[in-house]
Amino acid sequence: MLTQDERNRIRAEAAHYDHPQAACVEALKIVQEHHRWVSDEHLKEIAALLDMSPEALDSVATFYNLIFRKPVGENVILLCDSVSCWIMGYEGIRAHLKEHLGVELGETTSDGKFTLLPMACLGTCDRGPAMMVGNELYRNLDNDKVDEILARYRHPSGA
Amino acid sequence: MDKPLTGDLLPDGSVLDLAAYERVGGYEALRKVLKEMTPADVLKEVTDSRLRGRGGAGFPTGQKWSFVPMGDNAPTPKYLVANADEMEPGTFKDRLILEGNPHLLIEGMILSAYTIQATQGYIFLRWAYKLAAERITRALAEAYDKGYLGKNILGSGYSFELHLHTSAGRYMCGEETGLLNALEGKRANPRAKPPFPQVSGLFGKPTIVQNVETLCNVAPILRNGAQWYLGLSRSEDGGTKLYGVSGKVRRPGVWELPLGTTIREILERRARGMREGYKFRGLLPGGASTDFLVEDHLDVKMDYGSVQAAGSRLGTGLMVVLDDQTSVVGMVLNLERFFAQESCGWCTPCRDGLPWTARILQGLLEGRGRPGDLERLEMQTRMMGPGNTFCALAPGAMEPLQSALKYFREDFEKLINTRSDAA
Repeated sequence: MLTQDERNRIRAEAAHYDHPQAACVEALKIVQEHHRWVSDEHLKEIAALLDMSPEALDSVATFYNLIFRKPVGENVILLCDSVSCWIMGYEGIRAHLKEHLGVELGETTSDGKFTLLPMACLGTCDRGPAMMVGNELYRNLDNDKVDEILARYRHPSGA
Repeated sequence: MDKPLTGDLLPDGSVLDLAAYERVGGYEALRKVLKEMTPADVLKEVTDSRLRGRGGAGFPTGQKWSFVPMGDNAPTPKYLVANADEMEPGTFKDRLILEGNPHLLIEGMILSAYTIQATQGYIFLRWAYKLAAERITRALAEAYDKGYLGKNILGSGYSFELHLHTSAGRYMCGEETGLLNALEGKRANPRAKPPFPQVSGLFGKPTIVQNVETLCNVAPILRNGAQWYLGLSRSEDGGTKLYGVSGKVRRPGVWELPLGTTIREILERRARGMREGYKFRGLLPGGASTDFLVEDHLDVKMDYGSVQAAGSRLGTGLMVVLDDQTSVVGMVLNLERFFAQESCGWCTPCRDGLPWTARILQGLLEGRGRPGDLERLEMQTRMMGPGNTFCALAPGAMEPLQSALKYFREDFEKLINTRSDAA
């Protein structure tokens, strides 16, 4: 079930448009913010709120790279795989991340801490290789820097 | 030199709030226009400034606006949309303004909306720009509080509502009509044209979609005049341009320079040339979907006409440099994989042609190159050329490929396995 807060926020977004459907991407993101991903149950509830069929909403949800229709880990790593980062050493960073986390692209670590995904250009090409972890952007990556960043997410208290 | 887009940015990367923006002349243009100028006056000034679209296609801005139906019988509401879905690989210019000076965009949008008498606007922002989203949200609230947005702006009788829409990551959303579908809450497939968005756009109403950098030029033009704007440029078109360089150069970055600055000046003076141990081989002048240029082109001016005459496009104006230690075929494969992934799948040449192209390139790199592969790649560049697809995604994808085959053919040829037992 969606919370009252989620419903309120979705209705508030819909008020900015002449047609409620126009708020559907925002709605999917609001739900994802709370639950990390969008389940079939939640999809149906959002669709009903916005006067859409679940199928129409799913066709939109699956169109976007950043709406997750499968569970993801606590932290989603988005590693830029576009041209400038590729030139600056994307493949090395990718290999290091895969080895460090013990997962392939698209997979979640067994402790549920990280999901590793490739992502199209993050728009910070003068400071590649780059990745995002959740909402945070990290640039000029090398292997040591990656280790340091991941450690912060593993032990958020700094312990 | 005047830098209307970046001259006021704070060196520490923090944001100009409303008070800071007003101290450097912010919203003066809006006050002046609402008091003294009709929409037709503004249109004339922007047309005279020879401002052209900074998002890639380079369409003259004044001319674009002139297609919007005006007068009492025009359909309402009319919409103005800022395309802030910066997702062209190798491009990182709009981020700079969105994070550093969002009021420059907001003022430009109010002025542009006034010109076409739009009453509703959206900033269509890409998902990844989290800091920009935060700062735009705050700037919008400041502008509403001060009466620059909303009903009866500064007592002029003109009203304009502006809302931030954040997307969820898909290159197709940057395509004008795909963006409109996305804003309506649909898949971002492109629409057939005509009708053009200026006549029938968002929710079937007249709509102007304009790149962030383009809109950010509007307030400075109206504050200082078209003649001043023309004087900033070293080209027949007006203004400055955000140029940038990424790749193995000494100092990658983005700079505001006169429109028509040469590639050499940007590469050597701003980016300080190639890193130690790397040699220049070529570059994409304006993002992933532009044709390669090579050493012979270094003195080409980075303006619309000159880059086109050299066989490429100004595009976004941000260059990706190819060095002698990076595989050309690998780089083109990276580009084609991006386009194949981001294709919306709406039309066949793009949906099937791009993955096919990527497979051939991958085969070359994995030692499975066969005689005829280069001809097959050339066939793709024709099949996905302009006019065969719904939108510009696939033709854009073919630009780096066709030019790589032309300038770096030997790199491809040496990957063709000609031994008969390999066939």
